[in-house]
Amino acid sequence: MMTTEESARALQLTPDGQLRHFLTLDGLDQSLLTQILDTADSFIEVGERRIKKVPLLRGRTVVNLFFESSTRTRSTFELAAKRLSADVLNLDISTSATSKGESLSDTLLNLEAMASDMFVVRHSRSGAPHFIAESVTPGVAIINAGDGRHAHPTQAMLDMLTIRQHKQRFDGLKVAIVGDILHSRVARSQIRALNTLGAEEVRVIGPSTLLPRDVESLGCRVEYDLKAGLKDIDVIIMLRLQRERMEGALLPSEREFYKVYGLNTDKLAYAKPDAIVMHPGPINRGVEIESAVADGPQSVILNQVTNGIAIRMAVMSMAMSGQLAQRAATEAEARV
Amino acid sequence: MTALLNVDVLLDDLERNLRRVLQEREVDRPALIGIRTGGVWLADILHKRLGLDEPFGELDISFYRDDFSRIGLNPKVRPSHLPFETEDRHIVLIDDVIMSGRTIRAAMNEIFDYGRPASVILATLIDLGARELPIQPDVVGQSLALKASERVKLQGPDPLSVEVRKADVTSEGA
Repeated sequence: MMTTEESARALQLTPDGQLRHFLTLDGLDQSLLTQILDTADSFIEVGERRIKKVPLLRGRTVVNLFFESSTRTRSTFELAAKRLSADVLNLDISTSATSKGESLSDTLLNLEAMASDMFVVRHSRSGAPHFIAESVTPGVAIINAGDGRHAHPTQAMLDMLTIRQHKQRFDGLKVAIVGDILHSRVARSQIRALNTLGAEEVRVIGPSTLLPRDVESLGCRVEYDLKAGLKDIDVIIMLRLQRERMEGALLPSEREFYKVYGLNTDKLAYAKPDAIVMHPGPINRGVEIESAVADGPQSVILNQVTNGIAIRMAVMSMAMSGQLAQRAATEAEARV
Repeated sequence: MTALLNVDVLLDDLERNLRRVLQEREVDRPALIGIRTGGVWLADILHKRLGLDEPFGELDISFYRDDFSRIGLNPKVRPSHLPFETEDRHIVLIDDVIMSGRTIRAAMNEIFDYGRPASVILATLIDLGARELPIQPDVVGQSLALKASERVKLQGPDPLSVEVRKADVTSEGA
């Protein structure tokens, strides 16, 4: 029996260790994550040219399959695919075939028959991208653009790229993740990435109602007080309060939340003076973060957006590369 | 079995030929671009020898290769770096060895994504012939005819040397 870690690795990598699906950070080691960051660095430079486009995925078809809507993530994936010269199809599945009664598998097999090379999948169910990669269309590279509460690996990696740009390293770094950890697939992926890349400490800070029960087992320390929790912190990651996912009374009120866990200039002073402030967006100003902080000198929020395109270009070109290697190997085997 | 070419002689010839071509074309402020990795070492040397003030550029052609679907993405790709505007400039594109011409095709496609240069002069230290595309260098240090079993490699950057050796048939598949 393979552990989850081993099976995540086996599903995502070719036998010689190249990325072919990008579903979760589980099972991916430090050298692979570093390769993603290094490749993204090269794509950042491409984004500064007059013609921000390279021919890597020319003639390939990328389908954005969003079972759950998200303007920002979808736009950056679309732009990333276009900058790699791929043809891009955007499907908002929640409003199309499934409402006519077609099953998920049928929809996907139809798309595969249109010679799709890559699916970028966002789904409200944890594990949906895994299922597609494993059972439905294994010959199509699958990129997870957020599944349920499980993972959002490209968001975590763009955050890692932003941290590396500003702090140059991970060892010795102390990182705080603040707010609604319970509903956050981003936080899960971030904790994983920070541990794999060798951060010294990951601290999660939030009310106990918004922390998963065994959160420490993910590899982090828990703090309930923001000021105390920010001591010696190099990087502060604020999370969005996911109002649409709140069931029942997990919070007294947004005003109360802001008073205790909202990041303002006074509370920011408890972190290291050169600490950077991050937020995956969209920002609820006055709920998680004060405008003076979000727009202030320590904020790197807009860097994150730029880095999002580069990270997605890196992951897409690496997964396509691995998928093509896999296809070549399968064809060679068939000839023997 | 390894043979060494005299790299200083090659560099002197490359420099002399480049100066001649620049003079013929009346280019007095060329912008140098080296292709990673060997071409960058040579660009550094030529940049010093020509006494240019403006820094030279470095090109990583990994995103422009024509064999992505066969060999995949170079896991060690690094950002290209052109510290000048290429628009309307006279470019000297520098590589260590030219053979098929495919690297140069990729490099030219990449350069044009930065802007439209006035001209591109191609300088390579060694020309091995065996072209697969209609691309010829304007400036060459030395032309070499290798046997099918031989390979040439620039080692460097300090010291720079050119090795001609028997191909390792087992690892390279000849």
